[in-house]
Amino acid sequence: MIKTENNKAWFLVLPVFLLVAFSAVIPLMTVVNYSVQDILDPNTAFFVGAEWYREVLRDPRLHDSLLRQFIYSFSVLAIEIPLGIGVALMMPTKGRMASLCLILLAIPLLIPWNVVGTIWQIFGRADIGLMGWALNSLGVDYNYAANPGDAWATVLLMDVWHWTSLVALLCYSGLRAIPEAFYQAAEIDRASRWAVFRYIQLPRLKSVLVIAVLLRFMDSFMIYTEPFVLTGGGPGSSTTFLSQTLVTMAIGQFDIGPAAAFSLIYFLIVLLVSWLFFTTITHMDKSK
Amino acid sequence: MAEIQLSSLAHSYHVKPSASGDYAIRHMNHVWHKGGAYALLGPSGCGKSTLLNIISGLLQPSQGDVLFDGVRVNEMTPRERNIAQVFQFPVVYDSMTVYDNLAFPLRNAGTPKAKLQAKVLEVAEILELQNVLYNKARNLTADEKQKVSMGRGLVRDDVSAILFDEPLTVIDPHLKWKLRRKLKQIHEQFNLTMIYVTHDQLEASTFADKIAVMYGGQIVQFGTPRELFEAPNHTFVGYFIGSPGMNLVSVSRCAGGVTFDGIDLPLSDRLNQYLASLQTENIKIGIRPEFVQLAGSEMDDALPCDVQHIEDLGTYKIVTLKLGEQIFKARLDEDHAVPQGRAWVSFPRQWLMIYVDEFLVEEQAL
Amino acid sequence: MSLTLENVSRVVDGVPHLSDVNITFEPGSFNVLLGRTLAGKTSLMRLMAGLDRPTAGRLLMDGEDVTGKPVQRRNVSMVYQQFINFPGMTVRENIASPLRIARMKDAEIGRRVAETAAMLRIEPLLDRYPLELSGGQQQRTAMARALVKDASLILFDEPLVNLDYKLREELRVELRELFRERNAIAVYASTEPNEALALGGATTLLHEGRIIQSGPGNHVYRQPVNIHAAELFSEPPINLINGRLTENEINFDDYAFYSMIPELASLPPGNYSFGVRPSHLGLVPRDDDDLEFAMQVELAEISGSETFLHVRNEHFNLVLQLSGVHAYRTDTPIKVYLPIHKLFVFSVDGDMVQAPAMLNREQV
Repeated sequence: MIKTENNKAWFLVLPVFLLVAFSAVIPLMTVVNYSVQDILDPNTAFFVGAEWYREVLRDPRLHDSLLRQFIYSFSVLAIEIPLGIGVALMMPTKGRMASLCLILLAIPLLIPWNVVGTIWQIFGRADIGLMGWALNSLGVDYNYAANPGDAWATVLLMDVWHWTSLVALLCYSGLRAIPEAFYQAAEIDRASRWAVFRYIQLPRLKSVLVIAVLLRFMDSFMIYTEPFVLTGGGPGSSTTFLSQTLVTMAIGQFDIGPAAAFSLIYFLIVLLVSWLFFTTITHMDKSK
Repeated sequence: MAEIQLSSLAHSYHVKPSASGDYAIRHMNHVWHKGGAYALLGPSGCGKSTLLNIISGLLQPSQGDVLFDGVRVNEMTPRERNIAQVFQFPVVYDSMTVYDNLAFPLRNAGTPKAKLQAKVLEVAEILELQNVLYNKARNLTADEKQKVSMGRGLVRDDVSAILFDEPLTVIDPHLKWKLRRKLKQIHEQFNLTMIYVTHDQLEASTFADKIAVMYGGQIVQFGTPRELFEAPNHTFVGYFIGSPGMNLVSVSRCAGGVTFDGIDLPLSDRLNQYLASLQTENIKIGIRPEFVQLAGSEMDDALPCDVQHIEDLGTYKIVTLKLGEQIFKARLDEDHAVPQGRAWVSFPRQWLMIYVDEFLVEEQAL
Repeated sequence: MSLTLENVSRVVDGVPHLSDVNITFEPGSFNVLLGRTLAGKTSLMRLMAGLDRPTAGRLLMDGEDVTGKPVQRRNVSMVYQQFINFPGMTVRENIASPLRIARMKDAEIGRRVAETAAMLRIEPLLDRYPLELSGGQQQRTAMARALVKDASLILFDEPLVNLDYKLREELRVELRELFRERNAIAVYASTEPNEALALGGATTLLHEGRIIQSGPGNHVYRQPVNIHAAELFSEPPINLINGRLTENEINFDDYAFYSMIPELASLPPGNYSFGVRPSHLGLVPRDDDDLEFAMQVELAEISGSETFLHVRNEHFNLVLQLSGVHAYRTDTPIKVYLPIHKLFVFSVDGDMVQAPAMLNREQV
């Protein structure tokens, strides 16, 4: 009974479909194709089924880097989210200082990943780097190139320096969206500073925090450039995360099949964990 | 509970106010007595919300003092003044239950648990919130949310005053009716000092014992609903109170009274003498549509007029009349017969008000 | 142009928003849609505008089916509850915007904008920006934008709700004046019975997505088809008491008994709901056969020119709307009189059985 009179609307979404198809679906299908074949040369390939998947899943390199990756990503979240909220809460709300803070916060976000790596690579060097030299002069034995703990700390610090601003900016915009009446009501209800945070600010930051957690998780889970620039994944394999393991496999050893299987597993892990985060945070209070 | 006094109060949002137009509140002296139910009535932009925020302490006045029981509280926060305030749009703590919302101000003050529980349940019962007491506040309807906002003010039995800033804006008309009544009952029950800001005369007069009408940053009249209706002190009060507002017509002096469009209205000698002694030409007569008498046939002291238009508003009718070149409105009961075309109108002397420079001339005071 | 809705329904996610709506709006008519929040007023307006399509049913403009026609190709204007204007344009450009979209000539645009601005009395504000204006002025600007393009259907979705009481009163009158000489259909949604009466015109009552009654405002007010219609179109709320009629007795809630009167004698015995408007109850008898109720005062709400007296007995509550100021203490015993010819009688199912006579008997 209902006729669609305006079919032209579909043409407007067509470019998006094409774009998504070329940028995401087709490459992904290629990877799926590689992951189930053993390719000897461009003209010779065998179907091997789930063989590569089994091999990759049994590979200790994957196990190690996956564990490392999780510890790293959770550390990033554990530091950057509270710190970002804290920074946002302390920022001035209006006037020239507010704009100045926003500009300062935005600066790290404008720097490319490899440049960030290079900056810290130099900054942390014990001989010519300001931080490395200062720490060593203070008697701290700091050397990211030799000590796995120091390397870890440096990579984490680098991420915190680079990305906390993003969390802070997101939270800042969330805080600005809270109507003044809520603060006035809290003032009148004699609420403490903590109660204001717990019952007004935090509940109303939830939606931006979902975005912040997801962005920071996905991004940190796929970290590649910074540790590569800093230590090349070392010392040993202490800062070799998933993506670097994958690149080594695919390009270094040219194991296209296992690398493709690895990629898909990797992709599924990111998808699964992101979904877990999203559902737990959004359903947290509905269940109560 | 406290007596709230405003002394030479003025407020401007400009840093350096120069013209009087820069002031949201102009030189105000006023006392709100202990335990009274008051309304602050005025159109938007008249400064009523500004005044409310100055009383609660959310805003600091530029000049003058706010006194609670004789003590200057200008620099005190709302917390120190111990004021409760209900805002125009409901403010609830989304993540808490209704119970926790109501308990929130008491917990913040460290109230013992037994007393807290008793108080919360009492207020929940008065506001008819028992059925949703353990629901999350975010899932409530607008009127339930507003009841929760009010409840947070009512649980505190030690407050100096409760201030309401147009609390029924978001409420459906048939519920407005209920909530207004609820507020009135609460006032009778708790005997708190309450100040209610609104632009709605019905809300103001059904809630308050005394109404302060604000206009241009000043209180132009402070009186009972009856006083505002029967003897508006200022033409603005006449216009603003009543639906439709007072009929106001500019007149000039003539022998024995005042005149407009060749129609003479006799006044008392005392009034005539007073008017003759004035310099100003700004004289107006005012009469409420409710007091205009209309008849279909000629009567003593009645003036012939034309019936232009009749509006049927259910419980009453509004008749638009043309007398001379002026338009008058008359309000008649539902069952009152309405004359067509030609009619005779009369203004009972008792209800005919004289305004000089917009202010009422009180004949007895002359 | 006339607009007809034929068996129109709209269901969103399994929830019916509108059910089987049938109505015709005549050219040049002013129509009020009266209903509570979520009664379906906005859903209905969006369908008429072409912003949504019905799940079932047809919309006809002058007999032509326009059900699937998008909003851009209907000649419709809409004014919303929020004051919606383009913040970056002056009032003049705001008003001119629909005409620019229609590619009208500059001279013609200038003429029309000036004319509409004069009508809504915002000429001095033409070069200001919307955010510099008061709420009433902003809403006048939005109305001017809706009126300037000579739309054949103009929809008002509670346009005055966010304005001051007094301003509302003025704009209501102006709005009626504006439509007196137009050939467009105006549809005005409101939640307030008094607003519906003040606007006059045809009134349609909407309740839970259904039209329960439509007709001239004062007729619907005096002859509601059922209890819902009477409740919806009454402020303060109509008094309702359950009761029973026997051969020779009227009985209110098994509590107050009266001997049968001629007006109700023709009704078959059985259970009924009796309704009476607050304004029709009195504290003094006006007729010999007025029913007398012994009540106690619960609360007297005084509004200057009127008093709303809430009274109760052990069985039911009543509200009286009295003119003048009547102060009573709570629990004062009081006698309330109900003129029998003002009684609404509804069946147990809520259907109207008998409505009061339009006028006092003396005047008939």
